[in-house]
Amino acid sequence: MKLEATTILAVLLVISFFSLLALTTAIPKAEWGGTDGQGMELIEQSLNYEPWVNPIWEPPSGEIESLLFALQAAIGSLIIGYYFGILKGRKESEK
Amino acid sequence: MHIAEGFLPLEWSAVWYALALPIVGYGIYRAQKLRERELGVMPLLAVTAAFIFVLSALKLPSVTGSCSHPTGTGLGVVLFGPSITAFLSIIVLLFQALLLAHGGITTLGANTVSMGIVGPAVGWLAYRAVRRMKAGLLTSGFVAAFFADLMTYVVTAGQLAAAFPATKGGILLSFEAFFGIFAVTQVPLAIIEGITVALALKLLQEHGVAVEMWQPKGVSVSEA
Repeated sequence: MKLEATTILAVLLVISFFSLLALTTAIPKAEWGGTDGQGMELIEQSLNYEPWVNPIWEPPSGEIESLLFALQAAIGSLIIGYYFGILKGRKESEK
Repeated sequence: MHIAEGFLPLEWSAVWYALALPIVGYGIYRAQKLRERELGVMPLLAVTAAFIFVLSALKLPSVTGSCSHPTGTGLGVVLFGPSITAFLSIIVLLFQALLLAHGGITTLGANTVSMGIVGPAVGWLAYRAVRRMKAGLLTSGFVAAFFADLMTYVVTAGQLAAAFPATKGGILLSFEAFFGIFAVTQVPLAIIEGITVALALKLLQEHGVAVEMWQPKGVSVSEA
Protein backbone atom coordinates (compact mmCIF):
# COMPACT_ATOMS: atom_id res chain seq x y z
CA MET A 1 0.00 0.00 0.00
CA LYS A 2 1.34 3.38 -0.95
CA LEU A 3 1.02 5.89 1.85
CA GLU A 4 0.07 9.43 1.02
CA ALA A 5 2.22 12.25 2.40
CA THR A 6 -0.84 13.75 4.08
CA THR A 7 -1.56 10.53 5.94
CA ILE A 8 2.04 10.15 7.07
CA LEU A 9 2.20 13.75 8.27
CA ALA A 10 -1.13 13.56 10.06
CA VAL A 11 -0.12 10.35 11.84
CA LEU A 12 3.25 11.87 12.77
CA LEU A 13 1.46 14.89 14.18
CA VAL A 14 -0.87 12.80 16.33
CA ILE A 15 2.00 10.62 17.57
CA SER A 16 4.17 13.59 18.47
CA PHE A 17 1.28 15.32 20.25
CA PHE A 18 0.56 12.28 22.38
CA SER A 19 4.27 11.78 23.07
CA LEU A 20 4.32 15.25 24.55
CA LEU A 21 1.26 14.46 26.64
CA ALA A 22 2.88 11.20 27.76
CA LEU A 23 5.80 13.24 29.05
CA THR A 24 3.60 14.52 31.84
CA THR A 25 3.55 11.04 33.36
CA ALA A 26 7.20 10.40 32.52
CA ILE A 27 8.34 13.49 34.42
CA PRO A 28 6.04 13.34 37.45
CA LYS A 29 7.70 16.02 39.54
CA ALA A 30 7.55 18.78 36.95
CA GLU A 31 5.19 21.70 37.43
CA TRP A 32 4.37 22.30 33.74
CA GLY A 33 4.45 26.04 34.12
CA GLY A 34 4.85 28.27 31.09
CA THR A 35 8.32 29.37 30.00
CA ASP A 36 7.05 32.92 29.48
CA GLY A 37 6.11 33.10 33.14
CA GLN A 38 9.43 31.58 34.21
CA GLY A 39 11.36 34.16 32.22
CA MET A 40 9.46 37.01 33.87
CA GLU A 41 9.86 35.39 37.29
CA LEU A 42 13.60 35.26 36.83
CA ILE A 43 13.66 39.01 36.18
CA GLU A 44 11.42 39.78 39.13
CA GLN A 45 13.33 37.62 41.57
CA SER A 46 16.95 38.04 40.59
CA LEU A 47 16.76 41.75 39.87
CA ASN A 48 13.92 42.83 42.13
CA TYR A 49 12.30 44.25 39.02
CA GLU A 50 8.77 45.52 39.17
CA PRO A 51 6.90 45.92 35.88
CA TRP A 52 6.22 49.59 35.35
CA VAL A 53 2.92 49.05 33.55
CA ASN A 54 0.23 46.51 34.26
CA PRO A 55 -2.00 44.95 31.61
CA ILE A 56 -5.05 47.07 30.84
CA TRP A 57 -7.27 44.07 31.49
CA GLU A 58 -6.52 40.61 32.77
CA PRO A 59 -8.75 37.55 32.54
CA PRO A 60 -10.10 37.34 36.11
CA SER A 61 -9.50 33.59 36.43
CA GLY A 62 -7.78 30.62 34.82
CA GLU A 63 -11.15 29.45 33.51
CA ILE A 64 -11.84 32.69 31.72
CA GLU A 65 -8.31 32.74 30.38
CA SER A 66 -8.73 29.25 28.95
CA LEU A 67 -12.09 30.32 27.52
CA LEU A 68 -10.36 33.08 25.59
CA PHE A 69 -7.55 30.80 24.44
CA ALA A 70 -10.11 28.26 23.26
CA LEU A 71 -11.96 31.04 21.49
CA GLN A 72 -8.75 32.15 19.80
CA ALA A 73 -8.11 28.62 18.52
CA ALA A 74 -11.76 28.17 17.55
CA ILE A 75 -11.88 31.34 15.46
CA GLY A 76 -8.69 30.30 13.71
CA SER A 77 -9.90 26.76 13.05
CA LEU A 78 -13.22 28.05 11.75
CA ILE A 79 -11.51 30.24 9.16
CA ILE A 80 -9.17 27.43 8.10
CA GLY A 81 -12.03 24.94 7.80
CA TYR A 82 -14.19 27.40 5.87
CA TYR A 83 -11.38 28.05 3.40
CA PHE A 84 -10.68 24.37 2.79
CA GLY A 85 -14.40 23.81 2.36
CA ILE A 86 -14.46 26.41 -0.40
CA LEU A 87 -11.40 24.89 -2.06
CA LYS A 88 -12.93 21.44 -1.95
CA GLY A 89 -16.22 22.66 -3.40
CA ARG A 90 -14.40 24.51 -6.15
CA LYS A 91 -12.34 21.45 -7.02
CA GLU A 92 -15.41 19.24 -7.17
CA SER A 93 -17.44 21.62 -9.30
CA GLU A 94 -14.58 21.73 -11.80
CA LYS A 95 -14.79 18.00 -12.35
CA MET B 1 8.24 34.31 23.97
CA HIS B 2 5.70 36.83 25.20
CA ILE B 3 7.51 39.43 27.22
CA ALA B 4 4.83 40.50 29.68
CA GLU B 5 3.44 44.02 29.98
CA GLY B 6 5.83 46.42 31.67
CA PHE B 7 8.71 43.96 31.66
CA LEU B 8 10.94 46.00 29.38
CA PRO B 9 12.34 49.35 30.42
CA LEU B 10 10.90 52.23 28.39
CA GLU B 11 14.00 52.75 26.25
CA TRP B 12 13.99 49.11 25.16
CA SER B 13 10.27 49.26 24.38
CA ALA B 14 11.05 52.19 22.13
CA VAL B 15 13.98 50.46 20.42
CA TRP B 16 11.94 47.38 19.54
CA TYR B 17 8.96 49.43 18.38
CA ALA B 18 11.28 51.47 16.16
CA LEU B 19 12.60 48.28 14.58
CA ALA B 20 9.24 46.55 14.29
CA LEU B 21 6.95 49.25 12.91
CA PRO B 22 8.72 49.96 9.59
CA ILE B 23 8.78 46.25 8.78
CA VAL B 24 5.14 45.77 9.74
CA GLY B 25 4.38 48.79 7.56
CA TYR B 26 6.24 47.24 4.68
CA GLY B 27 4.30 44.01 5.26
CA ILE B 28 1.01 45.90 5.01
CA TYR B 29 2.23 47.58 1.82
CA ARG B 30 3.20 44.21 0.32
CA ALA B 31 -0.12 42.67 1.31
CA GLN B 32 -1.92 45.53 -0.46
CA LYS B 33 0.21 45.03 -3.56
CA LEU B 34 -0.67 41.35 -3.64
CA ARG B 35 -4.32 42.22 -3.24
CA GLU B 36 -4.17 44.62 -6.17
CA ARG B 37 -2.48 41.93 -8.23
CA GLU B 38 -5.10 39.37 -7.37
CA LEU B 39 -8.07 39.69 -5.06
CA GLY B 40 -7.98 35.92 -4.65
CA VAL B 41 -5.06 36.23 -2.26
CA MET B 42 -7.25 37.59 0.56
CA PRO B 43 -8.69 34.28 1.80
CA LEU B 44 -5.20 32.77 1.82
CA LEU B 45 -3.95 35.71 3.89
CA ALA B 46 -6.82 35.17 6.31
CA VAL B 47 -6.01 31.48 6.58
CA THR B 48 -2.36 32.25 7.25
CA ALA B 49 -3.35 34.61 10.06
CA ALA B 50 -5.80 32.00 11.36
CA PHE B 51 -3.00 29.45 11.40
CA ILE B 52 -0.98 31.75 13.67
CA PHE B 53 -4.07 32.23 15.83
CA VAL B 54 -4.54 28.51 16.32
CA LEU B 55 -0.95 27.42 16.86
CA SER B 56 -0.03 30.26 19.19
CA ALA B 57 -3.03 29.44 21.38
CA LEU B 58 -1.80 25.90 22.05
CA LYS B 59 0.38 25.59 25.10
CA LEU B 60 2.09 22.25 24.98
CA PRO B 61 4.10 20.33 27.56
CA SER B 62 7.71 19.69 26.66
CA VAL B 63 10.74 17.62 27.64
CA THR B 64 11.87 20.09 30.30
CA GLY B 65 8.74 19.79 32.42
CA SER B 66 7.58 23.22 31.30
CA CYS B 67 5.00 24.31 28.77
CA SER B 68 5.37 26.60 25.82
CA HIS B 69 3.54 27.34 22.62
CA PRO B 70 4.39 27.22 18.91
CA THR B 71 4.28 30.48 16.98
CA GLY B 72 2.43 29.43 13.83
CA THR B 73 4.44 31.79 11.66
CA GLY B 74 6.07 29.09 9.52
CA LEU B 75 3.19 28.88 7.05
CA GLY B 76 3.24 32.63 6.50
CA VAL B 77 6.97 32.50 5.92
CA VAL B 78 6.64 29.96 3.13
CA LEU B 79 3.54 31.47 1.51
CA PHE B 80 4.34 35.18 1.76
CA GLY B 81 7.84 35.74 3.15
CA PRO B 82 8.79 37.51 6.37
CA SER B 83 7.32 41.03 6.06
CA ILE B 84 3.71 39.96 5.58
CA THR B 85 4.24 37.45 8.37
CA ALA B 86 5.29 40.37 10.59
CA PHE B 87 2.03 42.16 9.77
CA LEU B 88 -0.07 39.07 10.54
CA SER B 89 1.86 38.38 13.75
CA ILE B 90 1.29 41.81 15.21
CA ILE B 91 -2.47 41.33 14.82
CA VAL B 92 -2.34 38.12 16.85
CA LEU B 93 0.02 39.63 19.43
CA LEU B 94 -2.27 42.63 19.85
CA PHE B 95 -5.27 40.35 20.39
CA GLN B 96 -3.35 38.41 23.02
CA ALA B 97 -2.06 41.55 24.72
CA LEU B 98 -5.50 43.11 24.99
CA LEU B 99 -7.69 40.10 25.77
CA LEU B 100 -5.38 37.55 27.36
CA ALA B 101 -2.85 39.71 29.20
CA HIS B 102 -0.26 37.73 27.25
CA GLY B 103 2.48 40.07 26.20
CA GLY B 104 1.58 43.72 26.41
CA ILE B 105 1.33 47.04 24.66
CA THR B 106 4.70 48.26 25.94
CA THR B 107 6.31 45.00 24.80
CA LEU B 108 4.36 44.63 21.54
CA GLY B 109 7.30 45.95 19.54
CA ALA B 110 9.73 43.51 21.11
CA ASN B 111 7.38 40.55 20.74
CA THR B 112 6.71 41.48 17.11
CA VAL B 113 10.45 41.58 16.45
CA SER B 114 10.95 38.07 17.88
CA MET B 115 7.83 36.26 16.67
CA GLY B 116 6.99 38.30 13.60
CA ILE B 117 10.31 39.43 12.20
CA VAL B 118 13.59 37.80 13.19
CA GLY B 119 12.17 34.30 13.71
CA PRO B 120 10.36 34.35 10.34
CA ALA B 121 13.34 35.99 8.59
CA VAL B 122 15.65 33.20 9.75
CA GLY B 123 13.01 30.65 8.79
CA TRP B 124 12.79 32.27 5.36
CA LEU B 125 16.57 32.18 4.85
CA ALA B 126 16.68 28.53 5.93
CA TYR B 127 13.76 27.77 3.62
CA ARG B 128 15.49 29.38 0.65
CA ALA B 129 18.77 27.65 1.44
CA VAL B 130 17.31 24.15 1.50
CA ARG B 131 14.99 24.86 -1.44
CA ARG B 132 18.03 25.89 -3.49
CA MET B 133 19.58 22.57 -2.58
CA LYS B 134 16.58 20.99 -4.31
CA ALA B 135 14.81 19.98 -1.13
CA GLY B 136 11.11 19.33 -1.66
CA LEU B 137 8.38 21.77 -0.67
CA LEU B 138 7.35 19.81 2.42
CA THR B 139 10.87 19.36 3.74
CA SER B 140 11.60 23.03 3.12
CA GLY B 141 8.35 24.01 4.84
CA PHE B 142 9.34 21.92 7.84
CA VAL B 143 12.74 23.62 7.95
CA ALA B 144 11.18 27.09 7.64
CA ALA B 145 8.76 26.50 10.50
CA PHE B 146 11.33 24.80 12.72
CA PHE B 147 13.74 27.71 12.50
CA ALA B 148 11.08 30.42 12.66
CA ASP B 149 9.72 28.87 15.86
CA LEU B 150 13.04 28.19 17.57
CA MET B 151 14.66 31.49 16.60
CA THR B 152 11.70 33.41 17.99
CA TYR B 153 12.56 32.13 21.44
CA VAL B 154 16.28 32.68 20.99
CA VAL B 155 15.53 36.31 20.12
CA THR B 156 13.32 36.68 23.19
CA ALA B 157 16.19 35.39 25.33
CA GLY B 158 18.47 37.93 23.64
CA GLN B 159 16.01 40.78 24.18
CA LEU B 160 15.66 39.98 27.87
CA ALA B 161 19.42 39.57 28.26
CA ALA B 162 20.06 42.93 26.61
CA ALA B 163 17.57 44.67 28.88
CA PHE B 164 18.63 42.79 32.00
CA PRO B 165 22.35 41.99 31.91
CA ALA B 166 23.57 40.08 34.95
CA THR B 167 25.42 42.29 37.44
CA LYS B 168 28.37 39.92 37.32
CA GLY B 169 28.85 38.31 33.94
CA GLY B 170 26.82 40.78 31.93
CA ILE B 171 24.64 40.09 28.91
CA LEU B 172 26.18 36.73 28.05
CA LEU B 173 25.46 35.22 31.43
CA SER B 174 21.89 36.43 31.51
CA PHE B 175 21.42 35.30 27.90
CA GLU B 176 22.47 31.85 29.04
CA ALA B 177 19.90 31.95 31.82
CA PHE B 178 17.03 33.03 29.56
CA PHE B 179 18.17 30.75 26.77
CA GLY B 180 18.11 27.90 29.30
CA ILE B 181 14.48 28.63 30.11
CA PHE B 182 13.26 28.98 26.53
CA ALA B 183 15.36 27.03 24.07
CA VAL B 184 15.31 23.36 25.06
CA THR B 185 11.59 23.47 25.85
CA GLN B 186 11.00 24.86 22.40
CA VAL B 187 12.82 22.22 20.32
CA PRO B 188 10.06 19.55 20.38
CA LEU B 189 7.44 22.22 19.75
CA ALA B 190 9.40 23.52 16.79
CA ILE B 191 9.43 19.99 15.37
CA ILE B 192 5.65 19.70 15.81
CA GLU B 193 5.20 23.08 14.18
CA GLY B 194 7.36 21.91 11.28
CA ILE B 195 5.18 18.85 10.74
CA THR B 196 2.02 20.97 10.94
CA VAL B 197 3.29 23.41 8.32
CA ALA B 198 4.35 20.59 6.00
CA LEU B 199 0.86 19.10 6.35
CA ALA B 200 -0.80 22.46 5.72
CA LEU B 201 1.31 23.03 2.60
CA LYS B 202 0.51 19.57 1.30
CA LEU B 203 -3.21 20.09 1.85
CA LEU B 204 -3.15 23.48 0.15
CA GLN B 205 -1.29 22.01 -2.79
CA GLU B 206 -3.70 19.09 -3.07
CA HIS B 207 -6.55 21.57 -3.22
CA GLY B 208 -5.00 23.34 -6.15
CA VAL B 209 -3.33 26.30 -4.43
CA ALA B 210 -0.06 27.36 -6.04
CA VAL B 211 1.65 27.76 -2.68
CA GLU B 212 4.81 29.44 -3.87
CA MET B 213 3.32 32.09 -6.15
CA TRP B 214 2.98 34.82 -3.48
CA GLN B 215 6.55 34.79 -2.26
CA PRO B 216 8.58 38.01 -2.48
CA LYS B 217 9.54 38.79 -6.07
CA GLY B 218 12.91 37.86 -7.45
CA VAL B 219 13.52 35.29 -4.78
CA SER B 220 10.84 32.76 -5.65
CA VAL B 221 12.61 29.50 -6.18
CA SER B 222 9.66 27.65 -7.61
CA GLU B 223 10.11 29.23 -11.02
CA ALA B 224 13.85 28.72 -11.11
